[in-house]
Amino acid sequence: MAVAALEQEILSMRKRRQLYSLMGILLVAAVLVSGYSKSNEMNSGGFLQGLPKFFDYPGEIVLEAWQAGPAFFGLIIQYIPAMLETLNIAGVATLLGGAMAVILAMASTRNVDSWGPLIPVVRRMMDIMRAFPELIIALFLIFVLGSSPVPAMIAVAFHTAGALGKLFSEVNENIDRKPIEGLSACGAGWLQRIRFAVMPQVAPNYLSYFLLRLEINVRASAILGFVGAGGIGQELRRTIGWGKGAGDETAAIFVLLFLTIMLIDQVSSFLRGKLVGASRAH
Amino acid sequence: MAIDTLNEPVFNRDTVFRNVRRRIWITVGAPLAILTYLTYTWFAFNVPNLLAKAQPERAAILATDSVAYKVYVTKFLRRDIMEVAIEGERRATYSQEDLPEWVEVDGTDAVIDLGEGYGVTIVGKVMEFTVPGYGTIKVTATNSGVKTELPSGQVPDWLKDNPKKLDARPTLDRRVQVTRTKIEVHNYFGGWENFWFPFHSELHGMSFSQLWAIALSNERLDQNRSNMSLIMHDFLENPDWQHGEVFVALFETIMMAVLGTITAALFGLPLAFLAARNFTPSRFLRFGTRRLFDFLRGIDMLIWSLIFIRAFGLGPLTGALAIAFTDTGSLGKLFSEALENIDNKQVEGVRATGASQIQRYRFGVIPQILPVFVSQVLYYLESNTRSATVIGALGAGGIGLMLVETMKTSRDWENTSYIIILTIVVVIVMDQTSSWLRRKLIEGR
Repeated sequence: MAVAALEQEILSMRKRRQLYSLMGILLVAAVLVSGYSKSNEMNSGGFLQGLPKFFDYPGEIVLEAWQAGPAFFGLIIQYIPAMLETLNIAGVATLLGGAMAVILAMASTRNVDSWGPLIPVVRRMMDIMRAFPELIIALFLIFVLGSSPVPAMIAVAFHTAGALGKLFSEVNENIDRKPIEGLSACGAGWLQRIRFAVMPQVAPNYLSYFLLRLEINVRASAILGFVGAGGIGQELRRTIGWGKGAGDETAAIFVLLFLTIMLIDQVSSFLRGKLVGASRAH
Repeated sequence: MAIDTLNEPVFNRDTVFRNVRRRIWITVGAPLAILTYLTYTWFAFNVPNLLAKAQPERAAILATDSVAYKVYVTKFLRRDIMEVAIEGERRATYSQEDLPEWVEVDGTDAVIDLGEGYGVTIVGKVMEFTVPGYGTIKVTATNSGVKTELPSGQVPDWLKDNPKKLDARPTLDRRVQVTRTKIEVHNYFGGWENFWFPFHSELHGMSFSQLWAIALSNERLDQNRSNMSLIMHDFLENPDWQHGEVFVALFETIMMAVLGTITAALFGLPLAFLAARNFTPSRFLRFGTRRLFDFLRGIDMLIWSLIFIRAFGLGPLTGALAIAFTDTGSLGKLFSEALENIDNKQVEGVRATGASQIQRYRFGVIPQILPVFVSQVLYYLESNTRSATVIGALGAGGIGLMLVETMKTSRDWENTSYIIILTIVVVIVMDQTSSWLRRKLIEGR
């Protein structure tokens, strides 16, 4: 009897689960269908009308790049300084944001003896920093400081501090507390405990997240350039604004951007593999 | 035996010293390298020049203007009329019978009380502006420009006087401008003006309980529609705030993020099977799929959206496709890594019951990668909400484009801050929803 009741219960639970799954799938399908038809309506050009034109623009710039011949490589080299500026924006933003994130993470994890009352405050602060879209800070600072790489840098750094801070504090939560206790037993202060007990444990993971963020930030700073923050994005906006005839320059920027992002991607995933591999060996 | 081991040091002395020396190099070298890099970028970004050219007063203006509105008292000298209007808008002009109490209009002359002893009198073409602690500024508009009589003493910073125009702003919230065609007095008040309803709407200035009563009463204010729909209409069509358009733009942005992420997940998952070592024996196919992922990711959202704008025009579809293309690459890569790390025992177990290929995938593989799938998709959804604002600014539309446009006109900063606040609220809500869903679906709490 008891077994039959159990079976009944399991069957009804399975039924309910299947129902929930079905509802979930239907919901996703409904969102997709209605969303795409609605957004197709809202778009200034329709999907079906645009489809044949999809390859027109890429084709056009590839053609112009082809016609430019060997001079095309000259164009790529010509835009390297702008690309470097974008990389610098991302680099400085990741460094400053990362440094800030370490401080925030150390102040917001119970596991590393952060000061209790500060923990929820810093956590909310990081949530807000993460939520601020970079675009808003960048536009505001461009208005105040003028068009320059610095607004983009500050905007990206601000967001990075919040995003990395959260990841770092998650790393802090999973460390071994024994070294901290050992150090406090011999009278070490908080900073000394952080330096000699926490940092050695978390450094590989921190670096790995840092590299991942650098990769994301390069993309973000390229995009912010497009709204007036300098670097490769700004050049792209200029050449695109010229319309026909500047297709070879646009293509050169596309190629340069693509190569840089690929390169950073590969290098960072290689380094991350090494870092996390190293920490696993211990 | 114990003595034997004592003779042989466990660590080689040289190795230890080499390691210590290397550590020293890293501890000193890494900060130095970072410092050098930062110094280089300090000059590469031309920060000294930037600091010299920065306009911090713009931040102050923006801050004041985003929490305050101004009421204009304008005398148009050519047409010889006096107008009092919020933000100088024609559609928010006070009628002559119902002026604010700090303005007294007598025909085409006026006495304006700006509070704290500041006051303006306008008689004919002459304006007198009394400033406590300074004196009275007397300005006469002439046919060619303005003639100013200042009190004796040094001319303060807040007063810009030239033959064409006088501009005086003794405090942040009081300002006077005179040119040969008009005399204009700005009085600033805190708050967002006409936020709920347009100035000339019958509903303007009503409290919430009054509105509630109107919405429920069956006496129609407008014969053609119900009160409820009148309230909605007047609110959404408010010309100063454009609530309706702002909401549509926000909706577009959310739609871009949601559609893009779901599409990317739906295409990324099957492709991930093709890129995983343990599911696709063909090295050629695997290599091809992986390079496709790299390609999609490497092109980046910026370039994808520029290409899609050319093909499909402006709108949410463009943004959604740009997000979908980039993230098919990113999610595909993540999923294929998750697939390579699954436990084969579960698949073997399902196979032992005589399950077919599809059943093995369904019951052996999918349950293992579902947590990764759901949590990554939700993470991406959250970050794509932010990306969608940026893509919008590139031209795809949505709230990003609206923000850039209101900032460019830089006339009504309160509109900009309204949009900024709404955007941040939406991002935070998406963030909270996705982490709530993640907790619910994965940890079952």
